[in-house]
Amino acid sequence: MSGTQIEIQLIAALVAVACAIPGTFLVLRKMAMISDAISHSILPGIVLGFFLTQDLNSPLLILLAALTGVITVILVEAIQRTGLVKEDTAIGLVFPALFSIGVILIARNANDVHLDIDAVLLGELAFAPFDRLLVGGSDWGPKSLWVIGTILTVTLTLLLLFFKELKLSTFDAGLAATLGFSPLILHYGLMTVSSVTVVGAFDAVGAVLVVALIIAPAATAYLLTDDLRKMLLLSCGFGVFAAIAGYWLANLLDASIAGSMSTVLGLLFFVVYLFAPGQGVLSSLFRERRQRLEVSLLVFLLHLQNHQEKRERHVNHLREHINWQEVRSRRVLDLARKNNLITIVDDVVDLTPKGQQFTDEALSYITTNKETAIEELKERFFLFRG
Amino acid sequence: MNNPAPSTRPPAIQIDDLTVAYNYKPVLWDIDLTIPEGVLMAIVGPNGAGKSTLIKSILGIIKPIAGSVQVFGKPYKKQVDKVAYVPQKGSVDWDFPTVALDVVMMGTYGGLGWIKRPGQKEKKRALEALEKVGMLSFRDRQISQLSGGQQQRIFLARALVQDAAIYLMDEPFQGVDATTERAIVNILKELRQSGKTLVVVHHDLQTVPEYFDWVTFLNVKSIASGPIRDIFNDDNLTKTYGINYKVATKG
Amino acid sequence: MELSDFFTNYTLRTITLGTAILGAICGMLGSFAVLRKQSLLGDAISHAALPGIALAFLFTGVKKQEILLLGALVSGLVGAFWIRSIVKHTRLKSDTALGLILSLFFGFGMLLLTYIQKLPNANQAGLDKYLFGQAATLVESDVWLMAGATGVSLLVLLLFWKELKLLLFDADYTQTLGFNTRFLDILITSFIVIAIVLGLQTVGVVLMSAMLLAPAAAARQWTNKLSTMIFLASVFGALAGVFGTAISASYDNLSTGPVIVLVAAVIVLVSFVFSPERGLLFREIRFRRNRKDLNRKKTLTFMYHIASDHADISHPHAIRILNNFQGYTRKTLNQLAERELIRIEGDQWAMTPKGYEEAATLYDQTPDPV
Repeated sequence: MSGTQIEIQLIAALVAVACAIPGTFLVLRKMAMISDAISHSILPGIVLGFFLTQDLNSPLLILLAALTGVITVILVEAIQRTGLVKEDTAIGLVFPALFSIGVILIARNANDVHLDIDAVLLGELAFAPFDRLLVGGSDWGPKSLWVIGTILTVTLTLLLLFFKELKLSTFDAGLAATLGFSPLILHYGLMTVSSVTVVGAFDAVGAVLVVALIIAPAATAYLLTDDLRKMLLLSCGFGVFAAIAGYWLANLLDASIAGSMSTVLGLLFFVVYLFAPGQGVLSSLFRERRQRLEVSLLVFLLHLQNHQEKRERHVNHLREHINWQEVRSRRVLDLARKNNLITIVDDVVDLTPKGQQFTDEALSYITTNKETAIEELKERFFLFRG
Repeated sequence: MNNPAPSTRPPAIQIDDLTVAYNYKPVLWDIDLTIPEGVLMAIVGPNGAGKSTLIKSILGIIKPIAGSVQVFGKPYKKQVDKVAYVPQKGSVDWDFPTVALDVVMMGTYGGLGWIKRPGQKEKKRALEALEKVGMLSFRDRQISQLSGGQQQRIFLARALVQDAAIYLMDEPFQGVDATTERAIVNILKELRQSGKTLVVVHHDLQTVPEYFDWVTFLNVKSIASGPIRDIFNDDNLTKTYGINYKVATKG
Repeated sequence: MELSDFFTNYTLRTITLGTAILGAICGMLGSFAVLRKQSLLGDAISHAALPGIALAFLFTGVKKQEILLLGALVSGLVGAFWIRSIVKHTRLKSDTALGLILSLFFGFGMLLLTYIQKLPNANQAGLDKYLFGQAATLVESDVWLMAGATGVSLLVLLLFWKELKLLLFDADYTQTLGFNTRFLDILITSFIVIAIVLGLQTVGVVLMSAMLLAPAAAARQWTNKLSTMIFLASVFGALAGVFGTAISASYDNLSTGPVIVLVAAVIVLVSFVFSPERGLLFREIRFRRNRKDLNRKKTLTFMYHIASDHADISHPHAIRILNNFQGYTRKTLNQLAERELIRIEGDQWAMTPKGYEEAATLYDQTPDPV
C-alpha cells in the first residue's frame, strides 16, 4: 500500500465519521431529507467562495458555503410557515433552484473555476492527496485531511459537550424546552454542524453522495440498536468500513471511489434491512406471522368462553363463522392443543381449566389495553409459540 | 345478544365474532353486535376503545383478522349503495383545491359508478343537501375558508346526497359550535323519522340520552348494546370506562 | 445563436416543442404528487432511475434511448417499491427511506457510470447526459414519444377524473363508495414514474423533481379549483420549458435543465408573492387593512361607551378624553367622520345616530360562524 493510498483511505474514513455523527441525529429527528437539501444548495456558496479565494480548502470558502446551507434551512422553514405549500414541497422547491444556480455558475465560468460537473457529483477523493499543505516549505500532509480533521474535531467536541442536551431534545423536545435547553439553538446548531460537514465532505465525495454518508450509516445502525451511544458508534463503524471497502472496490473496478463507497453502504443496509434481529424484514415477517397466529388463538379462546352453545363451539364453526381458511383453523387448533388450552371431544371444543384461566387473564389485560402484559402472559402459559 | 324474529328483514348491521388488529395488536375483540333497522345509535367508549375502527371495519376499510360483517344480510361490498359514511373531519386535507359544492357532489359519485360524470340531476341533489344543512350560501366557498362546524356540515351534506339506508358517522360533533351541533342533531332525528339507521361515534356522555335512542358500549370488547332506557346506566358506564360513573342516573 | 433563429431553426423547434410537452406533462402529473404529499418521492425515483440506465447499457451494449429509458423505468419502480417496503417493515420514517434510496441508488449508478467510462472500446459517450439532461440531444422521435405519453395520460386523467379527484381528497371515502383505490393508486403512481423517466434525457436525474413540483406549487396559488390548478400547472411547466430552452440556446455553456428549473423557480416565486388570494403581498395588504379596520372599530366602540352614558347620544365630547385610549389616531377619527359615524366640531366630537347604531351592532356581535 502506497502512502497516497493510505492517505485516501484516511481521508475517506474521517469524512465518513464526520458525516455519521450529525447523520445519526438527523435520522432520529426525522430530518434526513434536510441533508439532501443542504448538500445541493451549498453549491452556489462553494462557487462564489471559490471566486473569492481560489482555493477549495480555504476556511473562508467553507464558512461561506456552510452559511448557504443554513440559509437553505431558514428559507425552507420560512416557506413552510407561509402555509402556501405542504412541508415536503418547500424542500423540493428550494434546493433544485439553488443547485441550478451553482451548476450554471460553474458552466459559465468553466475557464476560471477549477471545478467541473463530475467533481460536483462525485468529488475528487482520488486527487485529494496531491493538494498538500505546505508550511514554511515543509509538507504537512494533504490539505483535505486537515480540513476534515478540523471539522471532525469540532463536531466531536460539540458532541461530547452537548450530548445530554442533544439526546434529550431529540427524544423529548418538549421536556428539553421546559428544562431550559432551547430547542431552537440546538436545532440551528445541528444544522450548522451538518452544513459545515457537508461542505467539508463535498470536496471528497460530491453533492449527492454525501447524503449517502449522512443517512445510510445512521439508518443501518438504527435498525440494530435503540441505544443512542451504540447507534453513534455503529454508524461511525459502518462509515469507516464503507470508506475502506469502498476504496478497494473502486480500485478493483477502476471506478469512482465515492460511488463505490455508497454502493458498499447500500449493500450493508440491504443485509441489515433483511436480517437485523427485531427490525429486519425477515424477523418482522416472522414476528407478524407468529403474532397473527397467536392473536387468532386468543380470538378463538375468547370465542369459546363467550359461547356455551355447542354449535358455536364446533370445529367447523371456525371456518364458517370466524371466517378463517382451513389451514389457519388447523394451525390455531394445533397450537391450542399443544399448549393444553383446549380439548376436542366429538369435534366440539372445550376450554381446559388452564385455557379458562389464560383467557380470563388475557381478557382483563386486553380491556385495560396492556398489550405488553399479554406478551408476558404468553410467556407464562405457552410451551409452544406460534 | 337476542336477535329479533328471524322471519322479518335481516338487521341493518350484523357483526359476528369480529376481531381487528393493527400490526397484530388487538383493537377489537370478538365483537358480536346486531344493529336493528331504524335506530339512532351512539357508540360510546374511552379513547382507544376501537370506536372508529369498528366503523371502518363495517365499511371494509380495515380488514378484520376474524369474523364477518353483514349489511342487510349481505357483505358490505354488495351493499355500498345502502351505506353513507361521514369520516372524522381531521381525516382530510382541508387545503385541498376544491369548493363546498364540489365536496358535496362527491356523495353522488358512488351511485354513478366508474367513469360516468355527474350532471344537472346530481348537482340539484347536492344543492338540496347543502340547503338542508344550512350551507347553500357557502356553495362556492373554498373549503379551507369554512369554520370547523361548517366543514362538518359539508361532510354531513355529502352523506345526505348518498341517500343511503344506513349512515355511519365518526364523531360528527367534534369541534363544532353549539348551533351546528343542534342543526346536526335535528337532521339525525329527521333521518331516523324517515326510517334510516344511524350509527354515530359519540364522546359527550351527557347528551347521549337526549340525542339517541340506542347505545353500544365499546371498550375493545362489546360491553352492552340496546335501547337507552334499558342499558344506559352507571353499571355499564363503569364497565366501559373502568371508573365510577354517575351520569346516567342524573339524566 | 440569435433569438430569431429560434423560429427558423428546425432542431431548435424540435427541442423547444419537446421541453414544452415535457413541462406540460410534468405539471399535470406533478399536481397529483404535490396534492398527495409525495413531493420528494419524485426526487427519490429520478435518482433511483440512474443505475437502471447504466445497467441497461451494460447488459445490452446499445445506447438506444428506448432501452435505456426502460431500464430507468424498472429501476425507478424498484426504488419506489423499496421505499414503501422500508417504511412499512422497519422503524425508519419516510424521509430516511427517501434519502436512503435516493443516495444509495444514485451512488451505485455513479459507480456503474464511471466503470463504463473506463471500459475499453465501449461507446459510452453520452450516458452522463442523464445527470443534468441535454435537451440538445432531443430528436423528433423523442418528441413523439413524449407527445404520445402526454396524450395517454391526459386521456386517463379525463376518463378517471372523478375517481382521481375523490382519491386525492379522501381515500377512505373513495373506498367506501365502492371504488378500487388500489387500482387508482397504482395508475397515478405509474404515470408519475413515466413522466419522471421521460424527463431524464432533458432535465436529468438531479433536477427532475423540480419539474414535477414547481409548476404544481405555483399553480396552486392561483386557484381553488383542481381542474384549473392542473391546467395552470401544465401551462407553467410548458412555459418553463420554452423559456428555459430559449434562454439556454441564446448563451454558450448553459445546460438546459438548470435553466428550465430556474425559470420554473421564478414562476413559483412570482406566484407566492403576487397571487391575488393566497399571495404574500396581498395577504400583507389585507392584514394591514384589517388592523386599521380593527382600530377604527375599537375607537368607535370606545366612543359608544362614552356616548351611551349620556341621555343624548349626540352630545359633544372633548377629543382629548380619547387621549388615554390606545387605538385611536387623528386619521381614524377623520375616517369615522367621513363615514358620518361621528361629527367633529373644533376640538369636540359627537356621535351621529348612524354611528351609534353601528357601534351598537359591533358591540352586540357574538362570534357565531353560522
